[in-house]
Amino acid sequence: MMNEIILNSHNKNLIKKKRFWNTSLIVLLLIGIVLSSKIIDTNISDLFNGITRLGDYISKILPSLELNNLFLGSKDQGSIAYWYFNISKYLKLLFETFNMALLATMTGSILALFLSFLAAKNTSPNSLLFFSIRRMLEFFRGVPEIIFAILFVWVLGIGPLAGIIAITIHTTGSLGKLFSEVYENSNNRPIEALKASGGNWLSEMKFGLLPQVLPNLISYALLRFEINIRASTILGFVGAGGIGQELYLVINFNYYEEVSAIILLIILTVISIDLLSGHIRKNIIGFDND
Amino acid sequence: MTNQEIVMLNPKIFSPLWKRSPIKIVVFLIIFSYLIFSIKYFNISITELINDLNKMKPILISMITWNDFLSWNFNSILVGILQTLAMAFLGTVAASVISVPLGLIASRQVIKINLFRFIIRRFLDFIRGVDILIWALIFVRAFGLGPLSGVLAIFVADTGTLSKLYSEAADNSDNKQIEGLVSSGSTKLSTIRFGLLPQVMPIFISQSLYFFESNSRSAVILGIVGAGGIGLQLSERMKAQYWDQAFFIIIIILIMVAIIDKLSRFLREKLIND
Repeated sequence: MMNEIILNSHNKNLIKKKRFWNTSLIVLLLIGIVLSSKIIDTNISDLFNGITRLGDYISKILPSLELNNLFLGSKDQGSIAYWYFNISKYLKLLFETFNMALLATMTGSILALFLSFLAAKNTSPNSLLFFSIRRMLEFFRGVPEIIFAILFVWVLGIGPLAGIIAITIHTTGSLGKLFSEVYENSNNRPIEALKASGGNWLSEMKFGLLPQVLPNLISYALLRFEINIRASTILGFVGAGGIGQELYLVINFNYYEEVSAIILLIILTVISIDLLSGHIRKNIIGFDND
Repeated sequence: MTNQEIVMLNPKIFSPLWKRSPIKIVVFLIIFSYLIFSIKYFNISITELINDLNKMKPILISMITWNDFLSWNFNSILVGILQTLAMAFLGTVAASVISVPLGLIASRQVIKINLFRFIIRRFLDFIRGVDILIWALIFVRAFGLGPLSGVLAIFVADTGTLSKLYSEAADNSDNKQIEGLVSSGSTKLSTIRFGLLPQVMPIFISQSLYFFESNSRSAVILGIVGAGGIGLQLSERMKAQYWDQAFFIIIIILIMVAIIDKLSRFLREKLIND
């Protein structure tokens, strides 16, 4: 009897507590929604209208393919060739995008490799250097690529070079941090052994540290390559090269069917690179950071 | 032991590099030739690059010399920051609301028909494949400039990712509660409500919080294509070459992002511990 009373009251308390938290959460959410709608001067109905109008836009950009004409030449309406009449240009731009990402990932990884030794607690030779390099890497990865891209488009002119430098900087920042974390989690014994047998800092890093962390570093660099492919497709919006420049043009000039053609190509490229790099990471390097 | 003997003992280690690991050399050659190829491909000339980068010096200097600091339009910057946060918040809330049903019907705990799930998942994959900035550009084109386009871009892009994460959380939930409810004769709806939702709700909320955090980063850049927020202020100032104010805004953005990071991490830890 006694037990039941205690149990009941405990149960009631639990329910009360839960109710209190749930209601306060919902009230907070509502306040947030009202406040944010005020700030950006919109309301829920605008949002719903927007979503329905998105449907219109998507139906406009979808190609008008006809089943019987699907494989006819590029002059016949309704064929794939008609939809992709500009395919050679797209492929050229995609190749440029791919190269931008690859070159930026390579240079970024190499820079990150040099800087990361100075940015890890256990390998940094100097605490002042450690602190300043860390802050620098934080700045590099904190600022979005596209902002660096705007800056370099201004300095270097329109073209892929600005995009490459922007991605390189961002890659250096994020990989530098990831690499230095790998070092901090590495086994200290090989380094100590080298130190004990009279090796200098350089040989400690080269023979003691690098062999044990290299697979991990390569895996991170590949992961970054996947991210950079995505980034390089949009940097063209600000004039920094790649297929984004063409996409920006066709969206702004309302060449509806070309929009879907380019977006589909981008999605296919991104997915196939993801799958390929995921395969390499899992099967060849034996690491999976997902 | 003399050196000779050591070498004799470990002949492999002391053989020349090309014999020890030919793969290393091949990889190195591939990388090297790719670098040469790309320098040709992009027409990069090192001297020109250095010359151009020298042009950056005055920009960098003007970034850190804040002469007329007090006369800057701080009001527009503050409005931009608030707009960015509001965009991220509204977009995340809307995406979370729609992702609960979408995520549930994409999960094998709820719908057992494989084909249906497959279609929904491919649809979500498609949404995820399009970058948030592309969505923003499309919305700006369809509805005009302004933060509403940004909210919708965040909403659409996040629906793709959040629904997938929600459905995975539902897939990984414990089957026992659900089986208990089914065996005691409850309807499908109440099975989901009392068997599945209590398990996955904390995960859903913590993932949404995490997305708010990452959206406050991406909302920053949406303004560059005209979708409102602090990005608009920043890109306008960069185009007008107010480098000092641009740099100031970048610092403000970094501080904002850091604060939201800390706050959201704190809340998520609290949520998981409860």
